[in-house]
Amino acid sequence: MSTTSPSNLSSSTTTSRHGTSTSGVTHSAVEATIARRRAAGSGALIGYLPVGFPSLTESIDAAVALAANGVDVIELGLPYSDPVMDGPVIQAATQKALAGGFKLHHGFEAVAAITAQVDVPVLVMTYWNPVLQYGVDRFADELLAAGGAGLITPDLIPDEADAWLAASERTGLDRVFLAAPSSSDARLVQAIEASRGFVYAVSTMGTTGARGAVDSAARILVDRLRAAGSTSACVGLGISTPDQVREILAYADGAIVGSALVKALTDGGVAAVGVLAAELAAGTRDLR
Amino acid sequence: MFTPSLHPQSDAQPDSLRTEAGPYFGDFGGRFVPESLVAALDELTAEYDLVKKDPAFAAELMELHRSYSGRPSIITEVPRFAEHAGGARIILKREDLNHTGSHKINNALGQALLTKRIGKTRVIAETGAGQHGVATATVAALFGFECVVYMGEVDTERQALNVARMRLLGAEVVPVKTGSRTLKDAINDAMRDWVTNVETTNYIFGTVAGPHPFPAMVRDFQKIIGEEAREQVLALTGRLPDAVTACVGGGSNAMGIFHAFLDDTDVALYGYEAAGDGVDTPRHAATITKGRPGVLHGARSMLLQDEDGQTVESHSISAGLDYPGVGPEHAWLASIGRATYLPVTDAAAMSALRLLSQTEGIIPAIESAHALAGTLELGKKLGPEATILVNLSGRGDKDMETAARYFDLLDEGAEQS
Repeated sequence: MSTTSPSNLSSSTTTSRHGTSTSGVTHSAVEATIARRRAAGSGALIGYLPVGFPSLTESIDAAVALAANGVDVIELGLPYSDPVMDGPVIQAATQKALAGGFKLHHGFEAVAAITAQVDVPVLVMTYWNPVLQYGVDRFADELLAAGGAGLITPDLIPDEADAWLAASERTGLDRVFLAAPSSSDARLVQAIEASRGFVYAVSTMGTTGARGAVDSAARILVDRLRAAGSTSACVGLGISTPDQVREILAYADGAIVGSALVKALTDGGVAAVGVLAAELAAGTRDLR
Repeated sequence: MFTPSLHPQSDAQPDSLRTEAGPYFGDFGGRFVPESLVAALDELTAEYDLVKKDPAFAAELMELHRSYSGRPSIITEVPRFAEHAGGARIILKREDLNHTGSHKINNALGQALLTKRIGKTRVIAETGAGQHGVATATVAALFGFECVVYMGEVDTERQALNVARMRLLGAEVVPVKTGSRTLKDAINDAMRDWVTNVETTNYIFGTVAGPHPFPAMVRDFQKIIGEEAREQVLALTGRLPDAVTACVGGGSNAMGIFHAFLDDTDVALYGYEAAGDGVDTPRHAATITKGRPGVLHGARSMLLQDEDGQTVESHSISAGLDYPGVGPEHAWLASIGRATYLPVTDAAAMSALRLLSQTEGIIPAIESAHALAGTLELGKKLGPEATILVNLSGRGDKDMETAARYFDLLDEGAEQS
């Protein structure tokens, strides 16, 4: 088992990155980041990239480039064999990572290496079966040790999440559940109550991938989340340009960009990721 | 928390195994899906809950079974075949004689009627061997639905005739080129389609796997197989069979014939999984024999996976059994010991396929041939006094290309054309 956690890299910064639950009060670094950006009259830019694509080293460098170019929160995807929420661009990248030998321990190594270099929170995005097979508690412990901030779980609904709710309570890790335009009001409340960090508002009915226009359903969903009490709603799916980021942040707390960054990495390597991240970050300024 | 609204357990016999209505079967089942699909699954569950108590729906479905697909399917005793099984009495439930050639039409008709009730006009389906795709394309033509069938590219090649059938029926067939390019990836793409088009589209899922309510609903639409067969065997032999056998991929034909017998404790239930090249090789699809509990396609069940929870590619000569997962109710029946699941290799299945063809004049689907091969061994074990009921889930027409190649049946010139 390769469970050697590089605690020498992450221990000095761990407490500032992940939530701590001492005295029952949770301080989520992700929530704090989003609140800080909101207080400054803007919103957070959240950037997704998968671990191990095009190689482990380059995926780490690309994530570091996100943070160096204005991304506020990193969403680090763990490649999975059956990613039903992902469109063609991310499918192709994660399939390549798996073919290249991606293992879950590479995910923890990547989180540790990234958090050792940059000062933004790193959330891990993963489908549920890898966590289940690794062991929910073991996964949480190693993510915490690596300096990770929490998990985004696209195919785990709060109804089925008892083990993860318990592990995230114990460790203070953030847990981001999804809200969809089709969700009932009761389910929106459930997602808000179960989530810590933010609620991931799915902009459109569909999978990940750049779209020409962001669905108007996104704004309606964020309004519904606000009405249901959400203080931290970030919008993802289909966002790829600075204008779209600006449009989203006019009403949401954060904008999540994935496929466009993966495409930049595919086409132009780490340098292109940095350039696109900087352009997208410009979309978070001068909102009005 | 989600609470199941189906079948309050209080009014059921406490010891019956026939009242399970999901979302969970023991530790197996559930709903591990993107939030975007929950509303559609809730809608489907609620509508299904209504129609299941509606005599008009049942009557409409029965009439379709009778006048369209040809139910009840007959049973056929196969004494010449049985001579090779230690002389046990072997009776086939002839789902191969249904319209479209397999048991899949039972479920497709049920879900098509449900689709009409919900008011959706587009249906999608996944298919492995093509039998569920053909059944769905058929009911779509019958009901006037737009139909898209997702099929792994590998399967479109080995079941090319079924691709042509679906297209002739007016369906769009999408070859899926991701992952292992087989059934599991076809399900992934069908789910992506459903997430995107859920407002207009119903997903006619083909087996007793997937998120709730599919495992319970598909089983309910298939359980007519066992209900008929139980009565037919009683009428023929005056008693219940000693064993009931079926092949298991996702497991819908097996659940269909097992269900009526679940509370008959003297009736042994055997599911035969595809062992491909053998369960001691990496090339097999023996999910219960070799898998571990895990989550795939929306449910917790047994699963072929590596230590990281990545799904492992399955292998079988039979496209319909080439699936690394299995329905959660089977995982549960295995866990409580009510049903036994055993592996059958490609070679054993093909041998049984030829044997039934040449002793009885019935060419089975390669999937069903796994059940026949298992039954040959089981008969020898149970002895000549035993009666075994086998679900002959489909006919072999679609498999002629594979069989011709396997047994070298074509003249060289003919094979080129």
